Amino acid sequence: MKIPFYPGCTLKTSAKNFETSAIASAKALDIELVELPRWNCCGTVFSLTTDDLIHHVAPVRNFIRVQEMNESGLVKDEYRMVVLCSMCYNTLKRANLRVKNNRDDLETINNLMYEENQRYEGKVDVVHLLSLLQNIGFDKIKEKVKKPIKSLKVSPYYGCMLLRPKEVGIDDAEDPTIQEDLLASLGAEVIDNPYKKVCCGSYQTVQDKRIVAKLAYDILTHAQERGAEVITTSCPLCAFNLDNRQKEVKEMHPGFKEIPVLYFTQLMAIALGLDKETCGFNLNYVNPESLLKSKNLI
Amino acid sequence: MKAEQNRVLNSQEIMRRISTASKPIVSGVEEKDVEHWVTIYIMGKGYKVPADLTILTAIEYAGYKFIRGCGCRQGFCGACGTIYRKKGEYKLRTGMACQTRVEDGMYLVQIPFTPAVKPSYDLNKEEYAVSTVFKYYPEVARCVSCNTCTKACPQGLQVMDYVQAAIKGDFKAVAEESFDCIQCGLCALRCPSEIVQYNVAQLVRRMYGKFGTGPVPAYVTKRIKEIAEGKFKEDMDRLTKLSKQELEKLYSERKRESEYKETKDSD
Repeated sequence: MKIPFYPGCTLKTSAKNFETSAIASAKALDIELVELPRWNCCGTVFSLTTDDLIHHVAPVRNFIRVQEMNESGLVKDEYRMVVLCSMCYNTLKRANLRVKNNRDDLETINNLMYEENQRYEGKVDVVHLLSLLQNIGFDKIKEKVKKPIKSLKVSPYYGCMLLRPKEVGIDDAEDPTIQEDLLASLGAEVIDNPYKKVCCGSYQTVQDKRIVAKLAYDILTHAQERGAEVITTSCPLCAFNLDNRQKEVKEMHPGFKEIPVLYFTQLMAIALGLDKETCGFNLNYVNPESLLKSKNLI
Repeated sequence: MKAEQNRVLNSQEIMRRISTASKPIVSGVEEKDVEHWVTIYIMGKGYKVPADLTILTAIEYAGYKFIRGCGCRQGFCGACGTIYRKKGEYKLRTGMACQTRVEDGMYLVQIPFTPAVKPSYDLNKEEYAVSTVFKYYPEVARCVSCNTCTKACPQGLQVMDYVQAAIKGDFKAVAEESFDCIQCGLCALRCPSEIVQYNVAQLVRRMYGKFGTGPVPAYVTKRIKEIAEGKFKEDMDRLTKLSKQELEKLYSERKRESEYKETKDSD
């Protein structure tokens, strides 16, 4: 299966390991993620102002690239666009919904983009990789698992962007299980964390690290108290706040024990028996390699 | 055969052309010989000018003298940026005055300089990463992908694409897409996100040139060493002592690169 893939800027810079592990894992599942040519910014944050259409131009322009991919033969009749980063997913999905449900907005945006060779027709469907995998069937993925990550206690973290608002959420906003289901199919021992939807502090990380460190401490220790050895996420910003900010957490709480925060795709790659190199663990602040070695997983 | 002869100009003729190239070509035109006329508006004031002039020469015809806002007259230097509107249109268009022909009813204003931010940096002290772009040009992150910069570019570059490539850290793409940039600044003037695209691209091209294109070729290192050892000192000393006339003579009688026989040492 060849499917258009939107990476986003973070997956090309500080979260390269998210992209490499996802592409390799998808390949092992016979999915070829074909990067959009000339993709641009997702829009970063979905603008809620009713008449602020300029901030929806960026996401919509990317949908034209998906149309072009179908025309040029890069993909065949495939209007689903796979996204990994939770922020990109949320912004793209909501902008798409807005223009699909409001043709006047779409008309205005299309008119602004008059230099494009075509207009966006509203055919694209923004899909998170987790949803695509769910669609394929976690039981099918289980069949491809070569090295079950048994004995690894994994606690998924969702944050907000995958779940809210309801119309774009990939799962139940109050009790999501999609990551749990995937991890279970990979053989992991899944640990529930009541803090899995609690805010990571988001962009406060730029303004005031302490706010984020405080939130990260609560999220991480609640998972640890239940026995978690690893946290998984799908959001590079959550990952940064929960992973890199452990430095500040330790300063605030000297007794705090570090815990690796991984992209769910990194564990997928391991379970699918792929080379450790595709996981790019060097980009993780808390390195999980000794833990994974102790479990004979790498 | 005649065309071939015309192409092979003698050195004196080349020198004459170079020396006259920077003079307004309208000098010496007899008005009675001009068949077609158009009216253009320079900063709001109307002038009747010959229809086959460029904006640059038309403005000179109207009596203005360029002290700034005019450079090579060949579409390379980017000094003669112009914003104009055509009769009956609402769009503000952009172009190079030396490369754009006047049209009847054209409204013009010259943009000799864009006072855009241009920080100093020492590449040796910078990280070859997106963080350096954001350090000096944080407003890049504000790009809304409206593509207004691309619409404004008189060189027809995909300006938005290279700004987006900079955000993704694809410096090769930035360097290649922005290579023909003439630094006119029109993109920055039109950008709603206040990005200084052309200076961002220059920073990235410099970084890419220094860190992204592999090691310095051996012949460059060799030549630098030769220069340091004084291989060309004698010749340079001789040249710098020549008079203007002697220099011109030497230039016009010089051996062309193509006339040199290729040798192994010619690198």
